[in-house]
Amino acid sequence: MPLNDVMNAIDTPDVIMSEETQIKPFTMNFGPQHPAAHGVLRLVLEMEGEIVQRADPHIGLLHRGTEKLMEYKTYNQALPYFDRLDYVSPMNQEHAFTLAIEKMLGIDVPRRAQYIRVLFCELGRVLSHILNITTFALDVGAITPALWGFEEREKAMEFYERVCGARIHANYFRAGGVAKDMPDGLAEDMMEWCESFPKFLQDIENLLTENRIFKQRTVDIGVVSAEKAQDLGFTGAMLRGSGIAWDLRKSQPYEVYEELEFDIPIGKTGDCYARYLVRMEEMYQSLHIMKQCLNNMPEGLIRCDDYKVSPPPKADIKNSMEALIHHFKHYTEGFHVPAGETYTAVEAPKGEFGVYLVSDGTNKPYRCRIRAPGFPHLQALDFMSKGHQLADCVAIIGSLDIVFGEIDR
Amino acid sequence: MPDDSLLDLSEYISERLEEHVISCEFIGGELVINAKPDDVYEVLKFLRDDIECSFTTLIDLCGVDYPDRPMRFEVVYILLSIRQNNRARIRISIEEDEIIPSVTELFSSAGWYEREVWDMYGILFSGNNDLRRILTDYGFDGHPQRKDFPLTGYVELRYDYEQKRVVYEPVKLAQDFRNFDYLSPWEGMSDIQKKMKEGGENAS
Repeated sequence: MPLNDVMNAIDTPDVIMSEETQIKPFTMNFGPQHPAAHGVLRLVLEMEGEIVQRADPHIGLLHRGTEKLMEYKTYNQALPYFDRLDYVSPMNQEHAFTLAIEKMLGIDVPRRAQYIRVLFCELGRVLSHILNITTFALDVGAITPALWGFEEREKAMEFYERVCGARIHANYFRAGGVAKDMPDGLAEDMMEWCESFPKFLQDIENLLTENRIFKQRTVDIGVVSAEKAQDLGFTGAMLRGSGIAWDLRKSQPYEVYEELEFDIPIGKTGDCYARYLVRMEEMYQSLHIMKQCLNNMPEGLIRCDDYKVSPPPKADIKNSMEALIHHFKHYTEGFHVPAGETYTAVEAPKGEFGVYLVSDGTNKPYRCRIRAPGFPHLQALDFMSKGHQLADCVAIIGSLDIVFGEIDR
Repeated sequence: MPDDSLLDLSEYISERLEEHVISCEFIGGELVINAKPDDVYEVLKFLRDDIECSFTTLIDLCGVDYPDRPMRFEVVYILLSIRQNNRARIRISIEEDEIIPSVTELFSSAGWYEREVWDMYGILFSGNNDLRRILTDYGFDGHPQRKDFPLTGYVELRYDYEQKRVVYEPVKLAQDFRNFDYLSPWEGMSDIQKKMKEGGENAS
């Protein structure tokens, strides 16, 4: 219930509080182990009765020092850390890092590799949004979407497994392309899945979109205006939910997004319900992009053929001394990135995921700053939950789409 | 190469902020503004409010440690203008014990970023009244992102069954931390990388 309604309810004469029933403000600890905390979030809430006065998230319980670790790893060794940030859409993170390296190296990526990357980034977006929407629904009282969603999500993760060998921690993108080509038959199966998936989305929509309970819990909860959203550093669905048509895939296109046809859905009200609707529509758009990728995907190389940055084909190693040396150097020393710096960002499912990479010309990053979208979103929880009830706070956390892998890094 | 609108913008900024800005440059086509540390508040205020700039979103704020430089730390503000579809980076160089003004009044999102920079680098922000540690443990000692902080840290913790609590102990490594130096003294860079490097130097 929004603040005004609560205040009105308190002001009306029939609920005048006597001296005895006056509730003192108190502090409540929420998490770090709580199903609605979406991971290891410890929330210290200052409450006035049921009303949240101040929310102070304590983060860092999953801090692994990723940025520090990467300074001690070669560029190739640093790549798998990106899977472990936002672990519900791993390849989108890898994408930002590889784009940053490619920008500094000035290498071109073959067309086929670009299409494969975009295809799997969009699959990652669907994976992330299914997880968010279903667990969000779980938080506000609907169990069925989660049960259905995870089954469907597992099918999508199978595609991850078939292309790179792992369900989650893909380690599939490389500077200059991708690790290996898609196996035979994968494209056809993905196409089939793209055709059948909208039916599942329709089922979820039937369960939630007009659901009375779901709407009561989300409409007018956690409203953020367009100006405030920018001030709070919102990106992605959080920003679009507040009515700003901003998507890096359109406004600062990278890879082949310029050639693809898709729409950017925006919300009108800036509340939890609008963010849900935006994510729901984004999944349809992602499927649309995936179909285009599968149809337009050209044949050709899947990795750039400069063997100073990408390893030579395994078959060549048996015959060519030079290829053997390149292979050995690639997997020991790694490649050197010219000194300089760049900030490269992609539109990850949760918002703008950026990498600020500083290189000193060696084979290891001098500094690799990871800009995780969830970090400013969680910071805004205090602003968004102020004056709401405790239960609404849970709904807001659900709509933020936070994953602690990326927030704590 | 930067596009023309960004070039115009950099000229406009260096003209309007002459006394606050040391230089404007392009690194790989990205606009980088080197500002004076004490004036960073004014610079960001101008960039946010000026209609030509409208950098209304603070995307990121981070530190970089250069122990060999006299100005040890660099603090980088990454801004985004949704209206103009532009990005800019504001860099300031500071000494180890220098205190810089907080920008939390300008951007609500700066609060946690400044906390993180304080936590990781020990850089203080005057005017941020909530400068607690954010990512490290309660009661953590030191600033882990500094280059002189060892990768393995100083303490490790385990659950002690006798004391029935988690205890902190100095790090004991069964094998010393090995930092392999694969840097070859012979091999040069590939032709592509060489070209990039030369081009990059000319551009900046």
